[in-house]
Amino acid sequence: MNGQTTILDHAGWPAPALAWVRGRLTACGHGVLLGALALAEVLVAALAGLAIAVPIPGVGRPVRQLAELTRRLSGEWCGVPITSPYLPPPGADASDSGAGEDSAKLSWRQRRKWMLADPATWRDLLWMIVNPCVGAALASGSAAAIVYGVFGMALPHGSTQLAGIISHPLYGILLAAFGFWAAPWLLRGYGEFARSLLGSTRQAELAQRVRDLAQTRSDTIDAGAAEMRRIERDLHDGAQARLVGMGMTLDAAGQLLDTSPAAARALLAEARDSSVKALAELRDLVRGIHPPVLADRGLTDAVRALALDSPLQVGVTSELPARPPAPVESAAYFAVSELLANVSKYARADRVWIDIRYDGATNGGWMRGSGILRIGVTDDGRGGADPVGGTGLRGIERRLAAFDGVLAVSSPPGGPTVMNMEIPCALSSPKTSSC
Amino acid sequence: MRVVIAEDLFLLRDGLTRMLEAHGLEVAVAVDNPADLLAAVTTCHPDVAVVDVRLPPTYTDEGLRAALAARREVPGLPVLVLSQYVEQLYARELLADGTGGIGYLLKDRVFDSAQFVDAVRRVAAGGTALDPEVVARLLARNPGVGAVAALSPREREVLAVMTEGRSNAAVAARLVITERAVAKHTASIFLKLGLQPSEDDNRRVLAVLAYLDG
Repeated sequence: MNGQTTILDHAGWPAPALAWVRGRLTACGHGVLLGALALAEVLVAALAGLAIAVPIPGVGRPVRQLAELTRRLSGEWCGVPITSPYLPPPGADASDSGAGEDSAKLSWRQRRKWMLADPATWRDLLWMIVNPCVGAALASGSAAAIVYGVFGMALPHGSTQLAGIISHPLYGILLAAFGFWAAPWLLRGYGEFARSLLGSTRQAELAQRVRDLAQTRSDTIDAGAAEMRRIERDLHDGAQARLVGMGMTLDAAGQLLDTSPAAARALLAEARDSSVKALAELRDLVRGIHPPVLADRGLTDAVRALALDSPLQVGVTSELPARPPAPVESAAYFAVSELLANVSKYARADRVWIDIRYDGATNGGWMRGSGILRIGVTDDGRGGADPVGGTGLRGIERRLAAFDGVLAVSSPPGGPTVMNMEIPCALSSPKTSSC
Repeated sequence: MRVVIAEDLFLLRDGLTRMLEAHGLEVAVAVDNPADLLAAVTTCHPDVAVVDVRLPPTYTDEGLRAALAARREVPGLPVLVLSQYVEQLYARELLADGTGGIGYLLKDRVFDSAQFVDAVRRVAAGGTALDPEVVARLLARNPGVGAVAALSPREREVLAVMTEGRSNAAVAARLVITERAVAKHTASIFLKLGLQPSEDDNRRVLAVLAYLDG
């Protein structure tokens, strides 16, 4: 035994070595499965080739399903995740990319047109033709090397065609050992190869980006217009109406001043109350547009102020070296506000934890070089929050989408609910956003 | 009683000055920026400073910062902060040093000049004047939780007015009950909340705030 520091498995193998061997064996197994998948693709590709010449309904679906399976397996087994490059089906919400559920509603003729127009379809087909040769060799290469090496060793030299190439048992050992050692690398190579054909092209990425931007832009414009209408209505029905009333009351008081001072005094008091109410309404309105404390102090203190007003026990931790741009601050603030309101309405929680932090220059996405504002809202409630069903959460997602921000919700039944927001942005100096 | 006013809008500055003078208070100087306020509190030795939250140059919370700075400059200087909106966060910052002589009111409160001048005098005397809206939001936080839920509706009314910083006599006048009844209610409130009873209006405000903080 190797002393106390090495962790030993029950079989007497040190744990890291065991994991190493296990990793190699798994890689070999996955490789063989991927190789088999490649052979299945030949059949589908042949069928699909026929379908392009002679329209046969329903062939497109297995092509995509196979390609999607490969994408998923590439991520899970080879460590090379591949995103779906497909165009959204005609008439679908542009924010839902890929072969979404909406495509089921299309007639097969529309479907065929949609799929043939998508370059990704042709790349899928190319993949299915090339993969059985190149991909299968990469994927199952190590398993083949091991089998071949072992056979070559075991069989007497020259006894079969198979063993003929291996002129010495040592070569067999080397070949098998190489296959064993190289298994994960070959698998990774397979993943990279798959990505080169099944992944998004730069052009497809840009096209998707344009669709996303068009969608979020129109959402933002709609939301802005709706907000303006709400403000107009609130002003019209609230403060404006009260000021009209006040003017009339003051006029009446003026007429009564000589004849009935007591009545005039009562009217003046009424006018004063009216002005107090108008101010209160304007205050609430301003709070809804841009909360003063947010303008004064920035996100952290504004969220603290929210926490103080919440009926729940809310703890706030924040690490923000400077202030995000005002629009981002505002979106983040209202998102937190909405999440807190949701928690107190539905979650039956007692405690909420809000964590605000900024990761500088870790963002590799579209806003390369800038950092990410991360806000986590966690509660100890009963869970079961559904981002798809809840209009509130959907609204937050739309609000954040205007800044390429995302909302991730984890809410298993029984809780806890963890909601994480990420908004890519640059931080400004504390001074610039204060005017 | 000498007052210093810091308010950037001319109309309000002028109106405040006239109102306070009409009620027999002396306005030593009325300024429109934080720097002049700091100069005024050290040179004029006012009994109280009335400060708007929004002052130049950025019109955010300079007034609040200036008020806190003035209190550091002249320890214990009574300050009444006026604002278009009230935030619990700011109330806490003002009350943080626990020495009293703090007011935090909505600007609307100047419409009722008698009440407003009363608040100024109370703050100048080292008392507290918290806006009813701050108190209402504070009490609304935990309506059904803890000992506050155990209070009777009348006791909750008394608690609210008391937390604004009013004396028993003022609470009695507001709720139209006798001062004896108020004393009975406050004793009961302090018992139910498990707080040390205090005759000092200021100290009991701080005790209640600390309690509501949880």
